[in-house]
Amino acid sequence: MPAKKLALINLIKMSELKKIAYNCKKATYLIEKKLIGEITIREKLELKLHLAGCSICRTFERQSLIINQMVKVLFKDGQKHNLKLDNQFKTKLQQRLENELKK
Amino acid sequence: METDKNRTAATKLYSCNPQQWVAQYADYLYGYAITRIDDEDLAKDLVQETFLSALEKVDRFEGRSSESTWLTAILKNKIIDIYRKKASGLRQLESDVSLKYDTDFFNEEDGHWNENHRPQVFGLEDYDVLGKKELRGILKLCLQKLPSLWLSVFTMKHMDDEASAAICTELNITDANFWVIMHRTKINLRSCLQKNWL
Repeated sequence: MPAKKLALINLIKMSELKKIAYNCKKATYLIEKKLIGEITIREKLELKLHLAGCSICRTFERQSLIINQMVKVLFKDGQKHNLKLDNQFKTKLQQRLENELKK
Repeated sequence: METDKNRTAATKLYSCNPQQWVAQYADYLYGYAITRIDDEDLAKDLVQETFLSALEKVDRFEGRSSESTWLTAILKNKIIDIYRKKASGLRQLESDVSLKYDTDFFNEEDGHWNENHRPQVFGLEDYDVLGKKELRGILKLCLQKLPSLWLSVFTMKHMDDEASAAICTELNITDANFWVIMHRTKINLRSCLQKNWL
């Protein structure tokens, strides 16, 4: 009897694992959690299992990581280049602040 | 009044000098705003509003952080206000749209990649693409196509490294929603890059 029960429990566990093993939607969701550093130990195991058998999601993971880094570069670029206010706007703004200061 | 202010300022770690704000910080704040809100006029308005509300609370400036940190924090709050306004107005519309995205990318029954969006190896997985300007240009266009709530969440996370819980509070979204948005945003961006690069 206990052996049967155990087998049943294992079967349930297997089917749960299968769900993630073959589910790319769930796996890519977990990849995002992992990259941000907020994945649980259980989720990490599930993901590992999936990635072991899915080269498409392994590609996704590498690309996703690169996208995060590219986004950072893009934002830094924007911060550095060509982002000067025109002098006319600055003069007006200075005037406005000085008027406020006088109040 | 003026001398009074100067005297208290002297005892502080950092001083506060509104006369110099425009010359010293206007360009920086403008750059900060425009990288987070892709709209020149709005960014200019935000710089002006930042200075004006800073003036109102100038006597509360405690000098514990530098002027530029203080002004940036004020600007940042104004940007989050805009994100929040956009988020509440568009939420319903976006929840409809996102349903479609899901079935577009993955099969409904088994969660497998759809043929059209299946990731291919196309060079994006190599570190040297980081130096490629054209690809960054495409990324920029792909970002602009995102629904605005997604872009807000994504920007706060990846540009400012904000804590996920803080983003949820500030934009009034649930933790579950946050992850769904992060996931969908990435799936979309990746697919958009693949489509436009290949």
